[in-house]
Amino acid sequence: MTRLFKALLASAVLTLAFSSGADAHPHVFVTIKSEIVYDAEGKVTGIRHAWTFDDMFSTYATQGLESKQKGVFTREELAALAEVNVTSMKEFDFFTQGKLNGEKIAFGDPKDYWLDFKDQVLTLNFTLPVKTPVRMRDMNLDIYDPAYFVSFELAESEPIRLVAAPAACKLSVAKPNDSSAQTKNLGESFFNQMDPKNPFGTQFANKISVKCP
Amino acid sequence: MTRRLRREPSWRAIMLCAAVTVLAVAVCDAALAQSSPFGVPRPQAPAAPSDGIVGWLLAKQAEFYRALSGAIRAAKADGTAVWGLFGLSFLYGIFHAAGPGHGKAVIASYVVANDETWRRGVILSFASAFLQALVAVALVGVVAILLGATARVMGDIVRYIEIISYSLITLLGARLLWVKGRAAIADFRGLQTEHEHFQHAHGHAHGHHHHHGHAHHGHDHAHDESCGHSHGPEPKDLAGPGGWKRGLTAIVAVGLRPCSGAILVLVFALAQGIFWAGVGATFIMGLGTAITVAVIATITVGAQGWARKLASSQPGSGTLAMRGLEVAAALFVLLFGLALLAGYMVNERMFPA
Repeated sequence: MTRLFKALLASAVLTLAFSSGADAHPHVFVTIKSEIVYDAEGKVTGIRHAWTFDDMFSTYATQGLESKQKGVFTREELAALAEVNVTSMKEFDFFTQGKLNGEKIAFGDPKDYWLDFKDQVLTLNFTLPVKTPVRMRDMNLDIYDPAYFVSFELAESEPIRLVAAPAACKLSVAKPNDSSAQTKNLGESFFNQMDPKNPFGTQFANKISVKCP
Repeated sequence: MTRRLRREPSWRAIMLCAAVTVLAVAVCDAALAQSSPFGVPRPQAPAAPSDGIVGWLLAKQAEFYRALSGAIRAAKADGTAVWGLFGLSFLYGIFHAAGPGHGKAVIASYVVANDETWRRGVILSFASAFLQALVAVALVGVVAILLGATARVMGDIVRYIEIISYSLITLLGARLLWVKGRAAIADFRGLQTEHEHFQHAHGHAHGHHHHHGHAHHGHDHAHDESCGHSHGPEPKDLAGPGGWKRGLTAIVAVGLRPCSGAILVLVFALAQGIFWAGVGATFIMGLGTAITVAVIATITVGAQGWARKLASSQPGSGTLAMRGLEVAAALFVLLFGLALLAGYMVNERMFPA
């Protein structure tokens, strides 16, 4: 009897252990085009994101919004939606995490945000300021959703750009599950900054690394 | 006898593990809670590894899902392409349900806790999937088309529906736990005084319907004359008084919450001017979901039956073990409901007013 209950208990524990899964498959698809911005002194000041949503989500998000021309939305008509988007993303750390010179990057509130509607899809533009701009030795940046509800995909061409970066800075970008040398170059630092509580989405992380030796 | 006793439990242990593990698979995404970075209800918990079967399922459903928008566009341009959309929706439904989903978790647990027949498991699966599709269509039909509301309003309504749905799951679990827990306690007492037990089991058999079939089962040898009910499904039990009503809470609790994917598909189809195609796709998705959930419910029932068979070789402790399984399943339902509600409560503040 005791063994039976032990077995039952063991199964229950196993269940809980394996049941941390969500039924996650992405319902929102984002194509990333982002810029890492530096000031005149070569300090990194922030990340300027331009995220383009998929057509199905774009249609859903604009459903019922008032516009002068049916099916076409101006930046002004989308202002309230942009506000909601950036506000609600705060709880998700804007899906942007990283380390700057070995320290977790602290971002300030987003600024300069707006939505564009073009070719039936929405693009969300916003800038995440680095709280205290510093000279960069190295930076790792991940853009992903740990729960994998939002799928982040790097744009085909120039997904990440350095803007006004010191000449010595070198950018490398690896797509998720990319086994190329670039991924290996990221080394331990990237894996150390992973949150062990959120192991799932990390494999979909877009690993961006900048080194300024 | 002593040797036999010592060996048998390990077999039963394996069987019970199998039964519970089937449950486990069914139950995987208990922590499904919604929070909404872009106004689409979003599951909260990090999920299983992306390799292996689960990874493949995730990859497949993502693939089918992504293809849906293209299929809707194609159907707009060429009416016959709607069959492609429907086929895709069917596959998406099947794969979507095969991945972890709270509906499946609750249905499988409910089936185990209530010691239901596979037929009732299948009916529950289809009814809840149908309701789920219906809610999605009604929501988009009324809120988006008639009222012209925004995605945000729709999201708010979905969240209200979710509270109701999760509360119902919690209540369902609490009720199951109350009934099953008492039955288990009665059995446990009965073990100590065999005759008394018979009285208890008999008394409950009428009060609490189905699961008592096996209470009798366990005691067939001793009290053949007490076996008033057969264990198999009886049509009157499915549709008769208390038959539908009994399952209705489970159906509503599970089926009330519309699937985000279906809402997105419906709104997209609406924008393309072919809402009817979205409605068709939604119901076909539901059909696919129902088939998968029904298969899982059937496997669960089978595993439980197997475990029961093994348990019946040990009339006393075997019955008690099965009772334990039922109570555990009831507890699961309750915990899911609470986890979902807690997830809701925690996440509510994330929504801008």
